[in-house]
Amino acid sequence: MSFTLKKHGDVVVVDVEGQLIVGNRQELKQKVLDELEKGERKFLIDFSQTGYIDSSGLGVLVSLSKKIREHGGELRLADLNDDLQTLFELTKLDTLFQISETRERALEGF
Amino acid sequence: MWADAYDARDDGLFDPVTPSYVALDVEIPSDVKQIEPIVSLITEHCRNLRLTKRQCSLNIPVALSEALSNAIIRGNHEDPRKHVRLRATVSDRALVFDVVDEGRGFDMVSVSHDPTTSEYIEREDGRGVFLMHQLMDRVEQFRGPNHVVRLTLNR
Repeated sequence: MSFTLKKHGDVVVVDVEGQLIVGNRQELKQKVLDELEKGERKFLIDFSQTGYIDSSGLGVLVSLSKKIREHGGELRLADLNDDLQTLFELTKLDTLFQISETRERALEGF
Repeated sequence: MWADAYDARDDGLFDPVTPSYVALDVEIPSDVKQIEPIVSLITEHCRNLRLTKRQCSLNIPVALSEALSNAIIRGNHEDPRKHVRLRATVSDRALVFDVVDEGRGFDMVSVSHDPTTSEYIEREDGRGVFLMHQLMDRVEQFRGPNHVVRLTLNR
């Protein structure tokens, strides 16, 4: 499992490979917060290579979104598989995030 | 260290005519980094058990991660001297996971608020017990010599 950050224009795109769970959520949080500290404001997390997410992983996404918004930025999500989509619907987090089917669609008009 | 009183087969969950077997019985240290490998092992087994794809890729990994995480963090307070035991019992009717820690347990009811309400939805914590209930057919808690959380998924 790993997190890769790349710049796409003025958007920081984060790829989550493997699981986003209690054992690695702090790593993702710190990487995104470091970029926020450097002045980045637009973030997109791409889940196309993600397995499952536990409650800690969901919690980190909620907390990052809040923090980014407080700095005048935005966090978007993209490419959730059916299981992840179900997870977001069960927790109603699909109402909290802008979720796009693909990375390309998420980047449009960001 | 472990009491044997929590075998799911002793609780009438599996009647004597329904064959059942212990598919896995392992102990892991109280370290959250141990969760992913053990969950991977279980999901590999689960593909041979006539379960749906979603049960193997969503229900079991997420609910089990929550139970193990609670046992390590809330039960054993991440004390490296303490362990968490996971026992998986399989029958034609159900798959049962007993997650046993060495703590006194915590009150699952008190952390069972609805995290989907406007009051809670922007909170970082508080979704674990909710997800276990959403993804399993039954979630039970036993407090005795050890603290046990039992997850049951019907087949």
